[in-house]
Amino acid sequence: MQNKERVISLKKLETNNLFRKSIPYLGVFPFALLAFFFLIWPTLVVVYGSFQNLEGGYGFGSLIEVATNEKYLNGFKVSIQLAAYSAFAGAVLGGLFSWAIANGNREGYFRRLVLAASGVFAQFGGVMLTFAFLATFGFNGMLTILANSYFGENILTDASWLYSLLGLVVVYTFFQIPLMLIVFLPAIENLKPEWKEASESLGGSTANYWLKIGAPILAPSFLGALLLLFANAFSAYATAAALISQGAPIVPLQISFAISGEVSRTNPGISKALAVGMILVVVVVMFGYFKLQNKVSKWVKS
Amino acid sequence: MRNFKRIDVWRWLIIGFVGAYLLIPVFAMLEFSTRGAPGERSTEAWTAIPTFPKLLSSIFSSLQLAVVVILAVVFILVPTMIWIHLRLPHLRRYMELLCLLPLTIPAIVIVVGIAPTYRALYQVFGSSPITLSFVYFILVLPYSYRSISASLFSIDSHTLSEASRSLGASTIRMIAGIIVPNIKVGIMSGAVISIALVLGEFTISNLLNFETMQVVINLLGKRDAATSVAVSLAALVFAFILLAILPTTNRSRSSKLKTNRKVGMVIK
Amino acid sequence: MSAAIEVKLIGLSKSFGEVKALNNFSLEMAKGELVALLGPSGCGKTTALRALAGLQPLDSGKIIVHDEDITNLPTSKRNMGMVFQSYSLFPHMSALENVEYGLKMRFRKFSSSERQKKSKELLDLVDLASHMNHFPHQLSGGQQQRIALARALAISPNVLLLDEPLSALDAKVRSQLRDEIRRIQLEVGTTTLFVTHDQEEALGIADRVGVMKKGVLEQIATPAQLYDKPVTSFVAEFVGLTNPIEGEVRNGKINILGQEIEVLPGSVTSGKAKALIRPEAISINKESNANAQVLTIGFLGSMLRVLLKLNNGSMVTAQLPSSDNPNYKIGDQVLMRINPVPVFAKEL
Repeated sequence: MQNKERVISLKKLETNNLFRKSIPYLGVFPFALLAFFFLIWPTLVVVYGSFQNLEGGYGFGSLIEVATNEKYLNGFKVSIQLAAYSAFAGAVLGGLFSWAIANGNREGYFRRLVLAASGVFAQFGGVMLTFAFLATFGFNGMLTILANSYFGENILTDASWLYSLLGLVVVYTFFQIPLMLIVFLPAIENLKPEWKEASESLGGSTANYWLKIGAPILAPSFLGALLLLFANAFSAYATAAALISQGAPIVPLQISFAISGEVSRTNPGISKALAVGMILVVVVVMFGYFKLQNKVSKWVKS
Repeated sequence: MRNFKRIDVWRWLIIGFVGAYLLIPVFAMLEFSTRGAPGERSTEAWTAIPTFPKLLSSIFSSLQLAVVVILAVVFILVPTMIWIHLRLPHLRRYMELLCLLPLTIPAIVIVVGIAPTYRALYQVFGSSPITLSFVYFILVLPYSYRSISASLFSIDSHTLSEASRSLGASTIRMIAGIIVPNIKVGIMSGAVISIALVLGEFTISNLLNFETMQVVINLLGKRDAATSVAVSLAALVFAFILLAILPTTNRSRSSKLKTNRKVGMVIK
Repeated sequence: MSAAIEVKLIGLSKSFGEVKALNNFSLEMAKGELVALLGPSGCGKTTALRALAGLQPLDSGKIIVHDEDITNLPTSKRNMGMVFQSYSLFPHMSALENVEYGLKMRFRKFSSSERQKKSKELLDLVDLASHMNHFPHQLSGGQQQRIALARALAISPNVLLLDEPLSALDAKVRSQLRDEIRRIQLEVGTTTLFVTHDQEEALGIADRVGVMKKGVLEQIATPAQLYDKPVTSFVAEFVGLTNPIEGEVRNGKINILGQEIEVLPGSVTSGKAKALIRPEAISINKESNANAQVLTIGFLGSMLRVLLKLNNGSMVTAQLPSSDNPNYKIGDQVLMRINPVPVFAKEL
């Protein structure tokens, strides 16, 4: 009889302990709830839904369609081109800009204003960005009119270039540069003056320093930032939507057509399959980004 | 007077070029939105803003959204982060991964997956854009997490919490009264970026058919370009002023002093 | 023995806005000598070192090394090895590559095998040959600084410049490395300038020590001379411990606790003053005509540190060898006497 009582009271103790141990976890419950329903669940919906087929059946049909149909493949190609070109332009210009800012007064107002402006521009909604560029280079844009009045007919006159891939690259670079500044400036500022001074005292010129020390140390951060810029541009939707670019059928646009158009009725899996494609690209890129970040943090610790 | 070195020439050339790239379109917005009769400037596009009721209400909605998101950040994210930092440190890696996930999943993808959820929410909350605050909270996670976590790491939260506990403070008091004031800078920085993000968000609100500021500006743009440009410029300047004046930089040198001062106040 | 003068800093001046970092600062260093610049932060010692390195432009003054005026010579041509307080090493290069760097820059005539050989020799000199393929983040602070030293010596510099190289290290590592640096410096024979705010460090390894305050060189002398014959109150108090005891100065002597002690040149010449008494210049005995009370007795191994309270209320710290076997204990009234060694008397 006593043994049975002991077993019961031990079990009670176990559940009591379990209960007590899980109380702290209650603290993260609200957050976990939100994260699940608005982040994890949608992702699962997308992945699950990509297996939906024509006529509502299940299979690889949508995924295969997206992977083989020339229209969609072209969409991915253009998206990747757009992302790559604007990321490269943003990384180079933004990188130089970071260097220029890093060499200035670190406490000054100028730097503070530049960083504030960069924060705003980097989050600058695609719609507002489009209007800004239409106001500049559109058919009635400020620079178009100026150029026309000075030079007569010129390359800016026909403003339809803005709606092509080139136009999108120019517009995208606008928010890539500030993003580059925000991400890359810390890396440049982490270049310790001692390294340049040591290099000099050992007989190295400025060129020697950049070639053998500055560039190799900055390389992982630069590449990481480049990848981040790529992911950022690849994921962008608003700008293209506002420009209604016929000239650049990027994947986000195709997804929006798939959601709201006929395609969603005949084959609801297409939009999700396209989304899965996007996730794959971005995940690969971000994985590379995090790997590079880790490499950098190893050095910085020293 | 500083000697003008060759390096300064390069610096200003670069700043000039990039500055032009970024500022000319902004200036063009100003120019475009103030065009009047040939050769004249007019504020017509600007004064017309209040005459578009949808515009005003959408601006108001977006601002409300921003406030709700900030409240969510302050009352859900911050306590959760502090809690994990102090009590469940083994969960920190997972939280960090979770908070960086929204960067990896494009907004357009989230829209595709979240449409059914929002169809359900529509039954409960109706068509008010405020329901977007749920998904916007997720969108701001990477940015707010980053700035708050930087702050949390720069103060010695364990010592602070132990000191306040030994003096008899309850958990809530400790979080609200001791830890939060010391990470104010990180919270503010996260809040400001949230405002910029909410005001600039278009993808999700557009595809879910909510009328936020960006969506309305886009619609308006087809009819009255000048006014939409004016509103865009106003939003830009507003966000810029916010970011410029609020103390968002973490001066790591002085934050250690701040910690000591706060602890000193507790002990007194 | 008069060694050749290797380095002459003549009348260096540099201001940052209102603040005079260097105020007509002059210094000579003999070949093979280790000179330490000692002083509180902001005294100009680092500015002086950086000026010598060519990293700090000056308002006025001349720098002569090996009879050559190098005042306007850029850093990369000065052939001086430098070790910094922290972040000395290039983080993306191994220890060996770090040491090789100067050889690559300066001596392009060296083949890569010659470079490797010389670098390994230097790593041997600092006892880290086994770590030659390690990266800075894999090495401890002390190891990093030793490699930085090897790297600086690789280019056979005219002058070796050490900018507070030990300040960022743990106390134990600091004292070990201190002696290492001196040993290596003597072995290689390089003229060396060592900057520090730690007087124990400076006195422990230098041939001569220059004490600086607000851009001015207060005194430069051997460690013993600085300690026994300081010429200003700042030097007297900065170097070693002192006990200020009030007394009256007359005819070159100060009267304290009934004793007449000679004062050093530079002291107050008449009237009330404070004599700066070294802890080891005090003797204590339990006697009837006591003038102080024992507050604490601390055992420091070979030394005893005794805190005394004088009848006028002021506190004095005395230091005695433990072997003295004190005949007093805490709370006793004792007689405190001062050894009649000349002392510095400063103003009240």
